[in-house]
Amino acid sequence: MAESLFSRKNKKVFKDGLWDNNPITFQILGICSTLAVTTQLKTALVMSASLTFVVAMSNVAISLMRNWIPSKIRIIVQLSVISLLVILADQFLKAYMYDVSKQLSVFVGLIITNCIVMGRAEAYAMANPPWKSFLDGLGNGLGYSGILVIVGTIREILGSGTLLGAPVIPQSFYDAGYINCGVMVIAPGAFFLLGIIIWIQRAISGYAEDS
Amino acid sequence: MVEHYLSLAIKSIFVENILLAYFLGMCSFLACSKKIETAVGLGIAVVFVMTITTPMNWAINHFLLAPGALAWAGLPQADLSFLSFIAFIAVIAAMVQIVEMVIDRYSPALYAALGIFLPLIAVNCAILGASLLMDERDYNFGESLVFGVGSGIGWALAIVAMAAIRKKLQYSNVPRPLRGLGITMLMTGLMAMGFLCFAGISF
Repeated sequence: MAESLFSRKNKKVFKDGLWDNNPITFQILGICSTLAVTTQLKTALVMSASLTFVVAMSNVAISLMRNWIPSKIRIIVQLSVISLLVILADQFLKAYMYDVSKQLSVFVGLIITNCIVMGRAEAYAMANPPWKSFLDGLGNGLGYSGILVIVGTIREILGSGTLLGAPVIPQSFYDAGYINCGVMVIAPGAFFLLGIIIWIQRAISGYAEDS
Repeated sequence: MVEHYLSLAIKSIFVENILLAYFLGMCSFLACSKKIETAVGLGIAVVFVMTITTPMNWAINHFLLAPGALAWAGLPQADLSFLSFIAFIAVIAAMVQIVEMVIDRYSPALYAALGIFLPLIAVNCAILGASLLMDERDYNFGESLVFGVGSGIGWALAIVAMAAIRKKLQYSNVPRPLRGLGITMLMTGLMAMGFLCFAGISF
């Protein structure tokens, strides 16, 4: 344990998930909830917080147990750990933010099958010590949150003309004939927007697929 | 009565397609839609598993977990609904295992075709999503069966259509950073728009 907690290597682990190896745009994980909860910024923020909590904590828990999990039943062990954390998050939301929890409906429960959580547990936490796994989980959770917040902001501004429920587009625009872009609120808008964001992110980071 | 079920089936296959309207099962949709054969295999496996797990989870929820469901065991006050996530996912994981073993025993040809996809399905969010939606909308047994089958068919339809489009797409000149995931998202958006046109159909 000569390495300090915030050594360059550990920072790299954290930063990897944020940008270079962003779970959504690069690893293509966790797309489902990205699209479903982003009609408003508020739900996107709550969802990001829940997912970051679950992915970081599940990474720590699984990393702590990694030497005792028999490899044949590891998937079911991972699923139970993750479900437990998701139940905690869900009960917390139901208790303190009932409206948002109603809006998110089934998507909080679906964090269980969110590929980011399973993917990080399987690919990273099973082979690395707890602190590093925590940083990896946090990095990936925040990388996911970043995209969610961007998509949520754009969809709420263009789709409903509000941000966190407060109107941002001045009335004079509407008087001049501007109307809200309805496609942003429905499903196709989410697909278009995420496609474009992936395009931009990959154009900057220089990554391209072959097919 | 028949009309009610028919309209629910149409709704879950086309209008509220579980993939295009609720975004469930996107991960395997994007990963496995490169070839038509794999898409068909995965589609069939999803229909199969969803048809079994959705009514099964309905039964678990109705007889064990819902508030007051344990009245038959002399515990009318018990409310175990907070356990529904872990119960549903356990049922799905177990069902996938059982289905895999049964197919392996009785139909090796089908097993060879579906083999690698079955384990993947345990973590497909569409399956868990169908169960959770069924719970949230308070469907009865018949409705949850129709909803399970319909959602499965809808998902299979979407992935096969996507695989067909991606095959054509190989011959077009897409900008480099847009290749793969980016263009697939844009295509899915167009497809979702197409499926919205079914919204007028009802019985």
